[in-house]
Amino acid sequence: MTANAYQLEANRTKLRQQVGGWLFVVPVLLLNLIVVIIPSIAGLGMAFTDWSGVGSMNFIGLANFEKLLQDQVFFKALSHNLIWTVFFLIVPVALGLLGAYLLSGIKRGQMFFRVAYFIPYVIAAVVNAQLWRFLLNPRVGMLKALADCCGLSFLDVAVFGSRDMALIGVAFVDMWHFWGFLLVLYLAAMSGVDVELYEVARLDGANRLDQFRYVTLPSIRPTLVFTILMITIWSGLVFDYVYVITGGGPANASEVMGTYLYTSAFERFQAGYAAAVGVFMTLWVGIATGGFVLLRKLGWEV
Amino acid sequence: MFRERRRVSTLPNYVILILMAIFALVPILLLITNSLKSTPEINLSPFSLPREFLWSNYTTAWAEGNYANTIRNSAILTGFTVLFSVTLAGLAAYALARLNLKGGNIISFYFLIGTGVPAQLFIIPLFYIWKQFGLVNSHVGLIIIYVALQAPFATYLLRSYMVALPQDFIDAARIDGASNVQVLREIILPLSWPGFLTAALVVGLFTWNEFLFAITFLPNTDLKPIATSLYAFQQRYGRDWGLTNAGSVIMIVPVLILFLLLQRNFIEGLTQGGLKA
Repeated sequence: MTANAYQLEANRTKLRQQVGGWLFVVPVLLLNLIVVIIPSIAGLGMAFTDWSGVGSMNFIGLANFEKLLQDQVFFKALSHNLIWTVFFLIVPVALGLLGAYLLSGIKRGQMFFRVAYFIPYVIAAVVNAQLWRFLLNPRVGMLKALADCCGLSFLDVAVFGSRDMALIGVAFVDMWHFWGFLLVLYLAAMSGVDVELYEVARLDGANRLDQFRYVTLPSIRPTLVFTILMITIWSGLVFDYVYVITGGGPANASEVMGTYLYTSAFERFQAGYAAAVGVFMTLWVGIATGGFVLLRKLGWEV
Repeated sequence: MFRERRRVSTLPNYVILILMAIFALVPILLLITNSLKSTPEINLSPFSLPREFLWSNYTTAWAEGNYANTIRNSAILTGFTVLFSVTLAGLAAYALARLNLKGGNIISFYFLIGTGVPAQLFIIPLFYIWKQFGLVNSHVGLIIIYVALQAPFATYLLRSYMVALPQDFIDAARIDGASNVQVLREIILPLSWPGFLTAALVVGLFTWNEFLFAITFLPNTDLKPIATSLYAFQQRYGRDWGLTNAGSVIMIVPVLILFLLLQRNFIEGLTQGGLKA
């Protein structure tokens, strides 16, 4: 064979590999296209119609969005998503950072603690919901025990049945299952921090708090910023825990966009209107991601 | 130098860490202990150990919650979702990691968009499309959705495994005239099975616990997996704590056993998922 023929043969093999390679990727792409991309585009379109889920579908322009902007329940739900975001950016992040920092400082039992904190994360929302409905029940639960033993009678309330407490109660349950996951993420990031940095800080007379602030936090900033982004996105999309524990009640006291969308579509049969809520939720994700990208573009190292 | 570092007392660390472990674990222990009591006993003393183990909660919950059926449903959904997700993801990951695909960037971008879209945007249209094709109230219909949602993540996970494999083995096989499929089967697969195990566990856990799509796409009682049938069960037996707790424990026992046996794989896979999503 001449050199040319070798070249030709090599090219052919390469081409075959390319085509074969694409065939390997196509099933995953195709499924994603059918289940996610096409319905998403349909969802964007549906938001501009008056469709109920059955029967005729009429284009009504921006009417759904106009209605949305005057819908008090929707605004209530949106504000609950914001409260949820703030709660999740503070409580589980603080617990996760504290736990990870303490855990990275010990040798013995690290594995045990890591597993223990992670267990709630692998348990289904329906079970965790049941668990806390039981524990926070005003007749038998923990709060009643506290109220009885320590005279803290103000604690003995039906958390999930109370307008003031329902939202924060559900957020607490979701947080309880989530903070250990954050802790493990932070722990992994902290284990990558150069030990010498701590040595230097100690020689400079830094106590543990200083070390945390000036060595640990800056070193794990990429992970920290990333989890902040994820929490912000997820807090806009939350559904399971709210739907299972309170269904958004009582009287919309724990309504979030996710439950509002769901009941609009499948219980009140306003598919078009619900799709408009879906567009809003997508906007939430877009704004959070966009902000993150923008900060990065502006040269903020993350 | 190191010895000096050790001298810093770690006692406060342990105190707080143990308190945190109590916070994480005691609620679960209470769920288990209270699944073995009668409801009157729970009302009387919710925090003590059971006076005697009331196993009948489990047999009653099993029968009333129709667990024989729902566990089978969950097993079907989970089994096939894992099988198809991991197989399709394995193929895609191999191509992306090993075949120098032209346009690989486009695929990565596509996955980013495809997995970044919130379920709330597409679940309503998807429901009506599925209804058109008779895929609502069908295990096949839900398995297709689960595979579509999980395969991109599994692809990402497996790709990171396969990228790290030594190229020499593959080159040697190629010289011997091995095809893509042969290379995948004889070399890549045996070398990256921990990645496949991790992907399978994460996809399996997601499917076993999944709620939103299950309650939307399988309204028919006979087809429900554990997650949504347990929800219905809880609603029906509201304050019968012994019974509903037993029903919950049945759902988490397989998960807890697998997790304790394979916690490294679980944690690695789930935290990677968090890092990517």
